[in-house]
Amino acid sequence: MKSDNNTDNQERKNTSAVNRRLFLRSAGLATSIGAFALSCKDDDPDPMNPGTDTVDLGSGDTGVLNYAYALEQLEAAFYTQVIATPYAGMTDAEKTILTDIRDHEIIHAEFFKKALGANAIKGLTPNFASIDFTKRDAVLGAAKLFEDTGVAAYNGAGKLIKDGGILLLAGKIVSVEARHAAVIRDLLTPKTAGFAGDDIVDANGFDKAVAPADILAAVKGYVKDTINGANVGK
Amino acid sequence: MDIFKIIDEFQKFDGDAVGRLEHATRRHFMNRVSSKLAAVAVPTVFASVVNKAYAQSAAAVDVLNYALTLEYLEDEFYKAGNAAANLIPAADKAIFTQIGKHETQHVAFLVKALGAKAIAKPTFDLFYGGAFGDVLTNYATFVTVSSALEDTGVRAYKGQAGALIADPQILEYALQVHSVEARHAAVVRRLAATVTGNAAMKGWITGKAGAVAAIYAGEDNMTQGGVDLTGLASKSPAAITEAFDEPLSKEAVLAIAGPFFKK
Repeated sequence: MKSDNNTDNQERKNTSAVNRRLFLRSAGLATSIGAFALSCKDDDPDPMNPGTDTVDLGSGDTGVLNYAYALEQLEAAFYTQVIATPYAGMTDAEKTILTDIRDHEIIHAEFFKKALGANAIKGLTPNFASIDFTKRDAVLGAAKLFEDTGVAAYNGAGKLIKDGGILLLAGKIVSVEARHAAVIRDLLTPKTAGFAGDDIVDANGFDKAVAPADILAAVKGYVKDTINGANVGK
Repeated sequence: MDIFKIIDEFQKFDGDAVGRLEHATRRHFMNRVSSKLAAVAVPTVFASVVNKAYAQSAAAVDVLNYALTLEYLEDEFYKAGNAAANLIPAADKAIFTQIGKHETQHVAFLVKALGAKAIAKPTFDLFYGGAFGDVLTNYATFVTVSSALEDTGVRAYKGQAGALIADPQILEYALQVHSVEARHAAVVRRLAATVTGNAAMKGWITGKAGAVAAIYAGEDNMTQGGVDLTGLASKSPAAITEAFDEPLSKEAVLAIAGPFFKK
């Protein structure tokens, strides 16, 4: 039996830990979950907090790991918010799935942070102002985007990795991201070809593989910090 | 000449195709392309790059023939399942039609890419020596075998990543197939959970739980990159094992798949 792992207390602890790391430290705000939820409902990013910090991911395999760490941080923060402020009509089954995914993303992020040690980038400040966390379609649509992007990012970064052990680690994580993507898509369009739809899988039966520069451009709107990934894998 | 600028120009023209081609074609473009007009040549370049790339490395040929073997099996499995009367309920047809389509595409790609080096399709025994005797008549068996095949496929591709590290473009192709297999695995696992009444079965693999022990052996690994992750972020061992899929060696995969091959 598997969903015995998330008591409410644990959830609260994990949620507040992520909030501390992702928001309090880098944004300098005494951010509570409530305050963050409020900020998410703003139509415009807070002009008082322009997030002008530039985060350099670094070069070589360290750059690839920091790149993955950056994306996992965003995913972890996103699902933490999803569970902290569930959309209207979230079913128990959906909550179990989204809680599982949240935990996986937090584990990925924390793993990269630990593996990188002193080379790890700081905690990023996400910007989910464009996502309406009260609406199922908006949340699952964003989740689909994040998961598909994650898959394409890992697929595109694979050939930049020089160390076989790190390549294997990326492989261990990307298939879990692909599982997430399929399940989120199955929630959006149940019992259809959507889980691996023709919009994402090409005529060779291939998933996407996208270079870091294009991925970082695609997620730019979801993070306040400026991320420099010019030397990832180089 | 600025190759990366040319690639960028192509990307505007056809992002998808060039995204896949980018790495392998850099060298090619350097020799052959002097203006963005050459975008029309992409399909030809694609085919020749693939052939050339495969020809370059004996290790890559081995890996891809191994992949082809498994894709042949999956392709035949879904062709038979999708053709079988009264097997797949109408509501689930779209899912298995899509999966079958991808496996056919994977076979076609690998056969074309390997050219003369491609192995012939083996003769399969989809009934696994009788152990899955009702696989084409009992939907629960079909879904269970499907999920096992997909999870094995994910592990098999993952297990070959290191062998392709010197063949970056082929590595990327393999990764692109690998994540599609993982998408298949997740959605079929959800079907299997419903059909077999196994509520603990999710899109992801918890611990080493699964219908066939050998297929899930080692999935309960808690050590990643030399770090014991027990207690990481206060998460349960179940969640930690779900967050990482594990590879299988070629030997282990072929041992599992063995009974599918007619002796």
